[in-house]
Amino acid sequence: MTVSAPARLARLLNLVPYLLARPGIELAEAAADLGVSDKQLREDLELLWVCGLPGYGPGDLIDMSFDGDRVTVTYDAGIDRPLRLTPDEATALVVALRMLAETAGTTDRDAVARALQKIEHAARLEQPPPVAVRLPGDTERLANLQDLLERGKALSISYYSAARDVTSERIIDPMRLLSVSGRSYVEAWCRSAKGVRMFRADRIDSITELEEPAAPPAGVTGNDLTDGVFQPDPQAELITLRVSRGSRWITEYYPCESVTEVSADEWLVSMRVNDMDWARRFVLGLGPRVQVVEPDHLAEGVRQSALAALANYA
Amino acid sequence: MASVSRSRTERLVNLVICLLATRRYLTAAQIAATVPGYEHDPEDVREHDAFQRKFERDKAELRALGVPLETGTASIFDSEPGYRIAARDYALPAIMLEPDEAAAVGVAARLWRHAGLAAAATSGLNKLRAGGVEVDPHATLGIEPVIAVDPAFEPLTAAARARCEVIFSYRVPDDDKPTVRHLQPWGVVCWRGKWYVVGHDTDREAPRCFRLSRIVGSVKTQGQPDAFEPPENLDLIGYVGRNAGPVARPNTARVLVKPGRAAGVRRFAQPVQSTTDGDVLELRYAEPDSFAAWLVGYGADVTVLGPDEVRKAVVARLEDIACVPFSSTAYELEPA
Repeated sequence: MTVSAPARLARLLNLVPYLLARPGIELAEAAADLGVSDKQLREDLELLWVCGLPGYGPGDLIDMSFDGDRVTVTYDAGIDRPLRLTPDEATALVVALRMLAETAGTTDRDAVARALQKIEHAARLEQPPPVAVRLPGDTERLANLQDLLERGKALSISYYSAARDVTSERIIDPMRLLSVSGRSYVEAWCRSAKGVRMFRADRIDSITELEEPAAPPAGVTGNDLTDGVFQPDPQAELITLRVSRGSRWITEYYPCESVTEVSADEWLVSMRVNDMDWARRFVLGLGPRVQVVEPDHLAEGVRQSALAALANYA
Repeated sequence: MASVSRSRTERLVNLVICLLATRRYLTAAQIAATVPGYEHDPEDVREHDAFQRKFERDKAELRALGVPLETGTASIFDSEPGYRIAARDYALPAIMLEPDEAAAVGVAARLWRHAGLAAAATSGLNKLRAGGVEVDPHATLGIEPVIAVDPAFEPLTAAARARCEVIFSYRVPDDDKPTVRHLQPWGVVCWRGKWYVVGHDTDREAPRCFRLSRIVGSVKTQGQPDAFEPPENLDLIGYVGRNAGPVARPNTARVLVKPGRAAGVRRFAQPVQSTTDGDVLELRYAEPDSFAAWLVGYGADVTVLGPDEVRKAVVARLEDIACVPFSSTAYELEPA
């Protein structure tokens, strides 16, 4: 694997002050800390060894002493400090800290605020990063959830599932509290579902703490959230709706397989649906300007539901 | 390949060390005579051209990394520009973080793991480590926010920093074609988990905000940096969240819900009484039409008892839905 020259240069310039600040550090520890392999780190050290001040004699080159697997920089040739933060690095850290400060449920807000101030100062920015963050959140609810997670017991919760429109009791072994796109979730092992599930904090209607400790089965890990919290099952049934302008917002709120324009005013929207009862409620709620193209049984289900509801008013 | 890259990296490290060590500005010729890897015969035109191209590339690379290369002349008698790096501009200033502050920075850098500036967050954190900060990689702050950004985030924040005008295509969901917009970006806002860019729309001659997820294709910059000045005391959030207070629900409706059904309605309702037909509940609402649309989703499980404006809106909607042709063959696709 060849690393791009600039990335390697940045790493090398950073490595000298890093080691200088930690005399006698174990190579493996340094590699883990900096996110490089042991082999890469050794290669970097070999390269640094032949760099130094003009003259390039023994007293001019960067020097290190080794004691087993421990390394100490004995001569730094003038690169004793890391390079200042780039605008992107400063933006990344400052925005993330602002995000933390805004997330309901962050425990140590004071430390976050102090860190933010110090980073902004150290970044020596001409202007603060032009990014503002405001997240909603039920602080009290999250503080309560956090306490529960810290105490580490299994929980019995009453949870509203929008997919099935039922509130059910479940026993869960909480793993972590997450905040994604302004929504908070408890990630937990669900004993009823026998799997890892994300529970939206605002849909947990009540909680009882159990005596027994939370114990997710060994080897169970959290979800990969790279593609968002909700990933439709590719095997699930495909529904196709013909929607007009007024309902096109659904394409921003639900993952869609395709959106095709069929006329100046109408689109065909296809999405994967795990639960046909949910789909029926969804289409009913969208109203009369949405037509089910496929499957037929959904179209019929929607019509029958509307007729049955009308009978209530007869 | 590996050895080329290695000698190039070696040359660049030596160049940085050399320029940090010098107080005088060094000309390209002096650098060539000093730093290994630039050896050439300055009298040979072809060799000299090759050196100059190499040196230009190296300078560009250092600047791209954020190395502050100063140019100037060593004395008033020199006509050729020279180069040096001022240590105070090069170095990260001393930063002392308490353990809890360092933990917060470590957690913050992790938030990017899935998105945009992940690499920048990691390299930034590594610079802090090199500055002597100890970061506990396992620290948590109770909750783990996950940052998810749209692809337009990076170019827009960079353009807002540089104060450079941008052009992008923008499509709102209820419009057919994206429109090309010109914006002087003041900043980017995360509001309730969605990202927006706020700035001066030069076509509309007014401040506007745009949702990043609606930008189609790439964001391009246009013209020079420092092309505009954002307003003083700019409140970015104010432009996005102006009309986003909590929804007032001054009205009350009564509904009959079938036993054990429509849990989604029950969660927001006050029970009034239970009958054999089901449970009578009270709900607060803002205006009848969107309230009716929500209730209609629950079909026959929910019947509106009153007021009349809601009852009528629900019945009208249901009648229209029952009339929607449901055979897919009834609507053959006409050509777009």
